[in-house]
Amino acid sequence: MKKPSVELKLPILPNMELIATQTAEVIARHMNLTEDQSGEISMALIEACINAFEHSKTDSNVFIHFLIEEDSLVMKVIDQGIGFDKTKVEIPKIENKIGKDERKRGWGLQLIQELMDSVEFESTSDGTTVTMKKNIKH
Amino acid sequence: MSAFIKSTKENNQIVIIETDGYLNNEGGEAISAICYEKIKGGQHKFLINMAGTKVVNSIGVSILIEIIEKLQEVDGKIGYYNLAPIVAKTFNIMGLTKYSTVYTTEEEAVGAL
Repeated sequence: MKKPSVELKLPILPNMELIATQTAEVIARHMNLTEDQSGEISMALIEACINAFEHSKTDSNVFIHFLIEEDSLVMKVIDQGIGFDKTKVEIPKIENKIGKDERKRGWGLQLIQELMDSVEFESTSDGTTVTMKKNIKH
Repeated sequence: MSAFIKSTKENNQIVIIETDGYLNNEGGEAISAICYEKIKGGQHKFLINMAGTKVVNSIGVSILIEIIEKLQEVDGKIGYYNLAPIVAKTFNIMGLTKYSTVYTTEEEAVGAL
């Protein structure tokens, strides 16, 4: 049987990431996830959407695919921007930001990796796909 | 005042800011505007009641890091209470809990700050 999935197409407008989190909350309830799991999925999704909105440097839409599996939820955030080199993204540390000129932002990838069980990035000059997986413990 | 700021009050010389809604860049800037104005007026202790804020993003939380930095210049302090579990976890991952404190209740926070 085909696995159930949900697809969203978001325009790059302020706070559109909240549409994604509202959808994620409905899916989380369907999958009987805990409040903590649901919150972690929503937070990771917010950060992935913001990265796509801010860094894709394009005004095209961002696509989000939710794949509901028996023991996991997979979310793909797909943009059609110019791509990015993950190896050039530094791991942020608050000690390096407080009291220094370094900008305070730049936490998105770190949060996604901490909150999800696995994260994969595929990026080319035609766009980026972030695939995030949350394992479900029954 | 921004709709994100539900109320402000003072308790034992601590400025308490109650928020309502999504802590994004606009929400963060609404908090910082109040804090910076109060710092100019000589107040150095702040608490944020986040009972009405169930969703945050890292840009909004980064503005709290800027406030922490500003408060270090005046030997001030900031704390938070009534945090949703994911908000507390986000603060922990981003390291805010190394430079500020998460409390359970206003009473505990006012007593400790």
